[in-house]
Amino acid sequence: MKREIFPLNLLPVGSAAKVRNLTNDGNTRRRMLDLGLIKDTRIEAVQKSPSGDPTAYQVRGAVIALRSDEASKILVEALTGE
Amino acid sequence: MGLTSRSTGMGILNETLALGSKEADEFIIALAGNPNVGKSTIFNSLTGMKQHTGNWPGKTVTNARGKYRHKDKSFILVDIPGTYSLMASSVEEAVARDFICFGEPDTTVVITDATCLERNLNLVLQTLEITGNVVVCVNLVDEAERKKIRVDLEKLGARLGVPVVGASARSGRGLNELMDAVYRAVLQGSVNKPMTIEYDSVIEEAVRMVEPRVREIAKNKVNSRWAALKLIEGDKSILESLREMTGIDLINDTILVNRLAAAGKYLYDNNIHGDSLRDSIVSRIVSLAEEIAREVVTCENQRYHTRDRKIDSVLTSRRYGLPAMIALLGLVFWLTVTGANYPSDIIAVFLFWIEERLTELFRWAGSPLWLHGLMVKGMYRTLAWVVSVMLPPMAIFFPLFTILEDLGYLPRVAFNMDNFFKKAHAHGKQALTMCMGFGCNAAGIIGCRIIDSPRERLIAIITNNFVPCNGRFPTLIAISTIFIGGSVSGVPRSVVSTAVVMAVIILGVFMTLLMSRLLSATVLKGLPSSFVLELPPYRKPQIGRILVRSVFDRTLFVLGRAASVAAPAGMVIWVMANVIVGGASLLDHGAGLLEPFARMLGLDGYILMAFILGFPANEIVIPIIIMSYVSTGSLLELDSLEALRQLLVSHGWTWLTAVCVMLFSLMHYPCGTTLWTIRKETQSWKWTVVSFLVPTLTGIIMCFIVAQTVRHLGLL
Repeated sequence: MKREIFPLNLLPVGSAAKVRNLTNDGNTRRRMLDLGLIKDTRIEAVQKSPSGDPTAYQVRGAVIALRSDEASKILVEALTGE
Repeated sequence: MGLTSRSTGMGILNETLALGSKEADEFIIALAGNPNVGKSTIFNSLTGMKQHTGNWPGKTVTNARGKYRHKDKSFILVDIPGTYSLMASSVEEAVARDFICFGEPDTTVVITDATCLERNLNLVLQTLEITGNVVVCVNLVDEAERKKIRVDLEKLGARLGVPVVGASARSGRGLNELMDAVYRAVLQGSVNKPMTIEYDSVIEEAVRMVEPRVREIAKNKVNSRWAALKLIEGDKSILESLREMTGIDLINDTILVNRLAAAGKYLYDNNIHGDSLRDSIVSRIVSLAEEIAREVVTCENQRYHTRDRKIDSVLTSRRYGLPAMIALLGLVFWLTVTGANYPSDIIAVFLFWIEERLTELFRWAGSPLWLHGLMVKGMYRTLAWVVSVMLPPMAIFFPLFTILEDLGYLPRVAFNMDNFFKKAHAHGKQALTMCMGFGCNAAGIIGCRIIDSPRERLIAIITNNFVPCNGRFPTLIAISTIFIGGSVSGVPRSVVSTAVVMAVIILGVFMTLLMSRLLSATVLKGLPSSFVLELPPYRKPQIGRILVRSVFDRTLFVLGRAASVAAPAGMVIWVMANVIVGGASLLDHGAGLLEPFARMLGLDGYILMAFILGFPANEIVIPIIIMSYVSTGSLLELDSLEALRQLLVSHGWTWLTAVCVMLFSLMHYPCGTTLWTIRKETQSWKWTVVSFLVPTLTGIIMCFIVAQTVRHLGLL
């Protein structure tokens, strides 16, 4: 089965995906890496803020909020069987 | 909101890492850890110092240090900023890294969160790469137990090769064991070698090309493998820090420069360059952390976050998020306004009873009239006003606010508000520094260090003063209670007062956003940079500790600061009111001079003068206004808020005056301490002047517009 790859900001609340690729660079990329967002990391969208942006994600046991601009630069792959 | 004697006032400027002379039997212990893992709680428990803790990231904005004794030795504990990594991509990370690396601590204690160990191990591993003198403390084990997460400490210790101690700092569990472990570690000296994390073979080869030269020059001053790794990563700041802190200059070493160039070329030829090098290094550390975590952490209940998610699905939801935020803030102010009324009256009556006794005492001692005037009518009376007007609201407001803070609600405020800040082209974390400003603007400005981008940091600094600090809250509360609250009939006074204070705060937040947007469009052009905000787990606030902390740390401290400014100011006012030149007192002359300008702003000369004299501390503005009126007018028995209201009315106050005073209190120059902090933080007089002018001009313009509109429309 071919797996779909899409930017993280399109991940609906309540679903999980795994990180495929980071397309941002410099400091932002470092921040993402510091949070453990490396390839194959599981990430789950848990809550949108009142205005719809940012969104809170669960990564490696912590909950972090990312603006859609940043999330759009994280490419993820849908997880099946959850 | 770190409002303690060390985190506000001049104490906050003392952030350098130099420790001064240490005695022979003293050991320096660095306290590192991710944000929000209980570092400050451990620091406080060990040293007995009341460093304020809050349940949100980026708390330790200054390097607090304190001493404790364990067995026969003394330890100096240095609380370094909470960071996720030591990659030095922000000021705080650079400070943390430099201290661990060059501050020569005898041991570095890395505090980790048992409920989120995997992510925390990232920092542990990075620290272990620099030095082997590490003790790992797995904190929050009680919280982990409740969530059915178990950490095998023994296995973790074996895996990391350093001592590992479990603790629940909040309940004091494990602290003795931690102190024992640190004690043993320092007595043993450096027995543990830094951890060597094996990277990709190409990277290892590049390290081998650079490391020998680093070792040759830097000797044992720095871990050469780690330094070489940082150098091939392109991290130049480490060389600058090395030169600054140890005097070893590697920047101009041609051999090293050549070797680095060769290593760079080698990496490039092997397709590792730019981001991919760092990615490879970080990925290695992260997967190692994952591997270790898998071995030592067992989690019986995969859904341990359910409760937090449920709370968040209300407090940060589209429908209830913002209303809940306003309601919570409103509740805090309503309780403050309602609760503060009665004690205010009682304290006023009591303090003025003392004044009469003091007067009798002076009379009995036969002291000259001027001395009695200066000491009792000037100094004592101003102090009495500061205490009776300021103490009750502070004693109620601070604990309530601290409870919200302790719960972990403030990051949710930032989460809810972020879109507004994004639209203002400001940094998302500015919502956090703004919240800190509610405690103390100077602390808020130091807190702006959590913002990496210099442009956005400046915006946050310049606009921080638009939220009222707790020196100004009592002013707002007092005026809305004694003036506006009493002038509307039919609605409970407290409800009106609360609504007014809330309106002022919302206006302050709105002005923060507006000014941020204007600055982004003009002098500080740019687009918002990325940000990551952690939403920590909700934690049960420790009511007892909050009470003690907010009364002693905040209330009494702020009151003390206010009193120390109020006492001399009271004397100055009394002298000014009683030195008669050309038929009028100096006070009248001064007020007269300011009067025409003040009138345009809906104020009067005395009010404007009070704001000017209140430059050192905003808390004394209201007391100075009262003093000026009392010393010029007939002597009133000012033993109730109603009498105070009549005093203001008899000096021509209308609701417009009250509104303008509140507006001007919200928007005028930062207090002396805050300005000094801005100068220190921005290293620039230009931005200090801008920070002075922006709120002042805004306030003048706002007051002018309001006053003129009301007068011209004949609303008064």
